[in-house]
Amino acid sequence: MRKGLSWFNLVSLTLGFAFLYLPIVLLIVYSFNDSRLVAVWGGFSTRWYAEIWQNAALLDAAWVTLRVAFVSATAATILGTLAALTLVRRGRFRGRLLFSGMVYAPLVMPEVILGLSLLLLFVAVELDRGFWTVTLAHTTFTMCFVAVVVQSRLIGFDRSLEEAAMDLGATPFRTFFSVTLPLIFPAVAAGWILAFTLSLDDLVIASFTTGPGATTLPMRIYSQVRLGVTPEINAVSTVFIAFVAMLVIAASLAMKWQQARQRAAA
Amino acid sequence: MADGHKRPHPIVAAMPYLWLAAFFLVPFVIVFRLSLSDDVLAQPPYAPLFEWSAGWSGVREFFAGLDFENYAFVLTDSLYIEAYWQSIWIAAVSTAILMLIGFPVAYGMARAPQGWRPILLMLIILPFWTSFLIRVYAWMGILTREGLLNQALLAIGLIDEPLDILATNAAVILGIVYSYLPFMVLPLYAALERQDDTLLEAAADLGAPPWKSFWLVTFPLALPGLVAGSLLCFIPAVGEFVIPDLLGGSDTLMIGRTLWTEFFTNRSWSVASTIAVLLLLILVVPIALYQNIQSRSLERN
Amino acid sequence: MDNLVLDSRLRGNERMLSIANFPANTRDARGEGQQRLTSRSEPLPASEAAGREFSPWTDPAAVPLIRFQNVTRRFGDVTAIDGLSLDIYEREFFALLGPSGCGKTTLMRMLAGFETPSEGRVLLGGQDLAGVPPYRRPVNIMFQSYALFPHMTVADNIAFGLKQESLPRAEIVERVSAMLKLVHLEGMERRKPDQLSGGQRQRVALARALAKRPKVLLLDEPLAALDRKLREQTQFELMDIQATLGTTFMIVTHDQEEAMTVADRIAVMDHGRIVQMGAPTEIYEQPSSRYVAEFVGNVNLIEATVSGRDGGAVLLESTIGSPLRAIVTENIVPQTKVALALRPEKIRITVRKPDTTENVARGEVVGIAYLGDLSIYQVRLESGQVVKAARPNVTRVAEQPIARGDKVFLSWTPEAGVVLTR
Repeated sequence: MRKGLSWFNLVSLTLGFAFLYLPIVLLIVYSFNDSRLVAVWGGFSTRWYAEIWQNAALLDAAWVTLRVAFVSATAATILGTLAALTLVRRGRFRGRLLFSGMVYAPLVMPEVILGLSLLLLFVAVELDRGFWTVTLAHTTFTMCFVAVVVQSRLIGFDRSLEEAAMDLGATPFRTFFSVTLPLIFPAVAAGWILAFTLSLDDLVIASFTTGPGATTLPMRIYSQVRLGVTPEINAVSTVFIAFVAMLVIAASLAMKWQQARQRAAA
Repeated sequence: MADGHKRPHPIVAAMPYLWLAAFFLVPFVIVFRLSLSDDVLAQPPYAPLFEWSAGWSGVREFFAGLDFENYAFVLTDSLYIEAYWQSIWIAAVSTAILMLIGFPVAYGMARAPQGWRPILLMLIILPFWTSFLIRVYAWMGILTREGLLNQALLAIGLIDEPLDILATNAAVILGIVYSYLPFMVLPLYAALERQDDTLLEAAADLGAPPWKSFWLVTFPLALPGLVAGSLLCFIPAVGEFVIPDLLGGSDTLMIGRTLWTEFFTNRSWSVASTIAVLLLLILVVPIALYQNIQSRSLERN
Repeated sequence: MDNLVLDSRLRGNERMLSIANFPANTRDARGEGQQRLTSRSEPLPASEAAGREFSPWTDPAAVPLIRFQNVTRRFGDVTAIDGLSLDIYEREFFALLGPSGCGKTTLMRMLAGFETPSEGRVLLGGQDLAGVPPYRRPVNIMFQSYALFPHMTVADNIAFGLKQESLPRAEIVERVSAMLKLVHLEGMERRKPDQLSGGQRQRVALARALAKRPKVLLLDEPLAALDRKLREQTQFELMDIQATLGTTFMIVTHDQEEAMTVADRIAVMDHGRIVQMGAPTEIYEQPSSRYVAEFVGNVNLIEATVSGRDGGAVLLESTIGSPLRAIVTENIVPQTKVALALRPEKIRITVRKPDTTENVARGEVVGIAYLGDLSIYQVRLESGQVVKAARPNVTRVAEQPIARGDKVFLSWTPEAGVVLTR
């Protein structure tokens, strides 16, 4: 598909991306609105950002959210990578259909179903709801995304490299850590970031599976948002967007830097 | 197994398998069991409870206490049935609109010069990284009576009175289309990008005008991407909660919201479970279809 | 050490041009020793390969390093290797030669440990390799795609195998330097594979495989990706290195020139079986079947029937018309259908009629391929068959230039052809 852009293409691309980004841009702009009313522009002001810092509940929730996201993303990356290895390398085995079903289903499953079912599990085993139940829940549904990302990298992987490693005396365990993992690392890292942001952003599953003392930021935002649009929420949202954007940009810069370093060596 | 070094050690499969079995499969069993139970004012708010200590008669009592009462309740109540229908309807309309918007965008991306593509890809994915909740919330601000949409339309002179868009099904559809756009564009883009230019050249060489080559060559080959994207949008959209809750009105009946209300507001866990089971039954065919596509594309590679 | 290097070079060159020197014991495809009837009317000229007389397979007391015993490998319905037995001796440079799909790569991978025989055993140094994983075998591979670790430097690549052995750091550094010196890549330690040329990557792959001083080095189509000049140069370097280190090399290739250049012995494979095994001269000058004759080098096959015997030769009747006489080494019953295999360089092409009445054919030149060092003439005989005759261009200006359309005579001696019964 290299024929070049027709007018139709250009117009559809512009409209599509404008549609996608307009609400976000408006949100950011209005977070600097001095006036409380959305309709009226009262001048540029950062007072809402200052107010966020005073809001203890909000900050608490942000801290909880970050911790949950970090732990669940790490666990999900490990489990998701193992799942991807199984799907790509294991070939046919008993229960493979069930396994791939379990890995792919959460990708499309409505979150209310996932949330409800996990909560019922926690209740049935009498596990107190709180930080750990949310983390377990987030790990479960984000590991599937990690699996899909890592899987696509594993498919094109040159297996003769692993054979070479084993031929030179490395056990399968060592081969994985010295050869395979370094080479699939970008996909694993992308998976981690994906799991992190999915967890950061999740409202429904967290609402079902959390407990006292572990209210997440999306939950706080949601409870305020139900009452209507407020500029503090605009400010929080902007901070949130900025945070995630920086994370993603930092990650791509890190990759570029690493590549440049490789070229410079020797 | 002499070739054991080729396949990963069983523990590689065992860990995720056990985890998913425990945290994905078992919960569904519990949901089903709960859908057969009754709501009680207790902790936990359902009965009968499975008592290990009660022995065999306890087991029998347990199974005797289960019934399909909730199913009868839900399936005969027009409100619930209406909710299921509306959910499917809204999800279907949204998916159709997503196809209409998503295809030109994906097509444009696929035909863009090589240098643009990573940037375009990043631009499509970036909103996905930012919060779902926040993006829906952003629309709230735009769609209110005093919001920007009305301001703009009034300014142009298209309308005299501000439109009541918020708290309608239309707003919900708009919200779904907006939020799920990356999910439609990405699989479509992947399918279109993979296509060989030479196919179109061959078609042109054989005398087909551009629109015909599109319909007879490009579109059919992009179909798998279209199907994948549609399923990726339709299935979760049916059970959506956040969008109908924030952008919909009191007469917007979507099943995800109904489930939430049953659970959190009415504290009716068993009915919520019943709703979940029925929703799953409705979605089981599209879900299986999606998994089939995924597994087959894995095998093909 | 220098002598050895020089000798092996000579050995290679001699091999290209020499005529066979029959070893006492030759093994055919079934592995049975067959004493060939060596009744000849006159001894064939033998060229002495200078340097070492290396043929441990002729020594009844020698114990082979590698033994494949009745090995079979099946993949579902397909039999890749069929009841194959093979002995390879220490310090040999052995070649498995055959087209793609003949099973040679599978056989090699069995030795390395990446395939398991469905039946039969593989022994290395007397030890049965069943159940021994590849990371515990003293065998190393130089992969066709080189398989260099892209995220490691050249030095780290070579050191990889040594690190698995937990050698002390100083020793690893020393060995890596020694290896780099061996393959003439000093100074490249810190480069990454994507900063090397194809030829350089190949040397790294070789150095990496040899760093552990394995008992056996397996080379999987090592020269396939190289251009002609580089290939020739590398062939000789491989032979040097093999002679220097004394490691047993086993090369797998479909390129018969490559096999002929480097190997002490060649096993020609077809559909999972060895159809002939022997020194390169033997394979070339005494093919045991049409398959081998056609696979290795150019050959003309003339279908004929045995009409009689005369001492150490048979008389053949064929479509050529004039009587054919060929020296044979085994007893062939009259009326047997055979093929007379004639290599193009053994056929004399003349414009004037030769004096002999036997082994003469008449034809018309329908094509000429001028290769610089020799010219190959395609001659259509009266029978319709097209025969290739090669003539070295010994002088810069041809004495008797032959052009397309010329009527010519082809002639050869009774020793020039091989009579093939299968």
